[in-house]
Amino acid sequence: MKSFTYEKAQSPAEAAAAAARIPGARFIAGGTNLLDLMKLEVETPAHLIDVNGLALDRLEPLSDGGLRVGALVRNTDLAADARVRRDYPVLARALLAGASGQLRNKATTAGNLLQRTRCAYFYDTNQPCNKRVPGSGCSALEGLSRPLALIGVSRACIASHPSDMAVAMRLLDAGVETVKADGSRRLIPIADFHRLPGDTPQHESALAPGELVTAVSLPPPLGGKHYYRKVRDRASYAFALVSVAAILQPDGSGRVALGGVAPRPWRLESAEAALPLGARAVTEQLLAGATPTQQNAFKIPLVQRTLSAVLAEAQG
Amino acid sequence: MQASNIKLSRRELLVMSAASATMMAMPAVAGAQPASAGRARAPVNTPVALRVNGHLHELELDTRSSLLDVLRERLQLGGTKKGCDHGQCGACTVLVNGRRINACLTLAVMHQGDEITTIEGLGTPQRLHPLQAAFVRHDGYQCGYCTPGQICSAAGMLAEIEAGIPSHVSADLEARPLLSAAEIRERMSGNLCRCGAYANIVDAITDVAEGRA
Ligand code: FES
Ligand code: FES
Repeated sequence: MKSFTYEKAQSPAEAAAAAARIPGARFIAGGTNLLDLMKLEVETPAHLIDVNGLALDRLEPLSDGGLRVGALVRNTDLAADARVRRDYPVLARALLAGASGQLRNKATTAGNLLQRTRCAYFYDTNQPCNKRVPGSGCSALEGLSRPLALIGVSRACIASHPSDMAVAMRLLDAGVETVKADGSRRLIPIADFHRLPGDTPQHESALAPGELVTAVSLPPPLGGKHYYRKVRDRASYAFALVSVAAILQPDGSGRVALGGVAPRPWRLESAEAALPLGARAVTEQLLAGATPTQQNAFKIPLVQRTLSAVLAEAQG
Repeated sequence: MQASNIKLSRRELLVMSAASATMMAMPAVAGAQPASAGRARAPVNTPVALRVNGHLHELELDTRSSLLDVLRERLQLGGTKKGCDHGQCGACTVLVNGRRINACLTLAVMHQGDEITTIEGLGTPQRLHPLQAAFVRHDGYQCGYCTPGQICSAAGMLAEIEAGIPSHVSADLEARPLLSAAEIRERMSGNLCRCGAYANIVDAITDVAEGRA
């Protein structure tokens, strides 16, 4: 690990200003992803700004009936909150499907959204990777691509977004609240938060330099039946090969988002109109234009079958 | 080279074989490393006060020190084990303010003011913690390397069930979680056992959970 200087942040605005001012600065919250990457020198920050002391660890009701989730609310606490279990069960289910008990106790809401891909070549500093070293090439295109993405990808990068929680947040149309280095605040719709790789896979989010996530706001409860179905290589403590998050209403309408198939949580509102026609019709629209590799083409039928299982369960 | 001339500790041997395994898995490709990665930076030291098992330790630490390394190398609390050093095995599980975490994936400098409990603080050879006694009774280990992490994790896990926190296998998110084997297995999935003592580990934890220990 490269050495670094360390400070405890005093306020969100000061933290954002410091992060923009100090070269090589990074925020650290739970640290479960960042420290892993620092040990491998995939991440080499020169300065860490510890934001854990900022009072961003609360859940509070919003005036419109929604719920504001502080950026530092731990994954365990978010999944265990009575309001989340009752009104946003897809979010609780997605959180509980991810990582291990120990990691969920440490990982934060904002950190989960911002976690980096688990592509083996991103992790291996001996291999080319455009996300880690822009311009060096993508080893995964001709390499081990079974867990990786097949839609929203580019010739520069086929890394998949690893988060379960983010898929539920996208399904719910959450908003990401931030403070910028100049102290101004803004709300980024989750649909615009994660960027597709294009020619610059090193840029993964809409955040400006120094910009700090302070909360994620959930809309008023949507009702309906909530599902988060995750398919993985072992029954627990593994990343999704494919996951389907869905909220289905009694009248047959609903929402669907996918995990494990794209560089960001994958949802196309236009595909949801096809829900009454069944899983095949929805999958065809959701994954239209997909460019799978030989190794991950299995994910297309797997999405359809997983969605089919969810729809069957909803019909009881 | 004569085998009798080579005197390596078991630890050195393990380190060497791990390194060669990595090299074999992924041949190096020139030019893949960022130019900045090789630049040397001076170590940064900082004072840190850590409260471990009820004792306060005033230390001067490199900011890079993981909580795990400080427990083992500086405080000589070798009960907490290093398996993977990457949050994948759970051998390093300790309790921080009563909650289980991976000590390898957190910096010591981030734990000023926290109450840290390791396996040495949970019980002693004279006064075993009920989970320690149950692991002995049920043969919940073979080599024992994962055991301190399993026991700290189980202690944190039972507190999570007690607090009503659901899991991936809880059928009803809003009901009180059950103390079933399926729940215990799911909740302990962050603790690997290379010896495969899982069946006895579940039995030991079940005993304690049901108050038989
Ligand atoms: S050593 Fe910490 S999880 Fe393996
Ligand atoms: S007893 Fe050997 S690793 Fe678990």
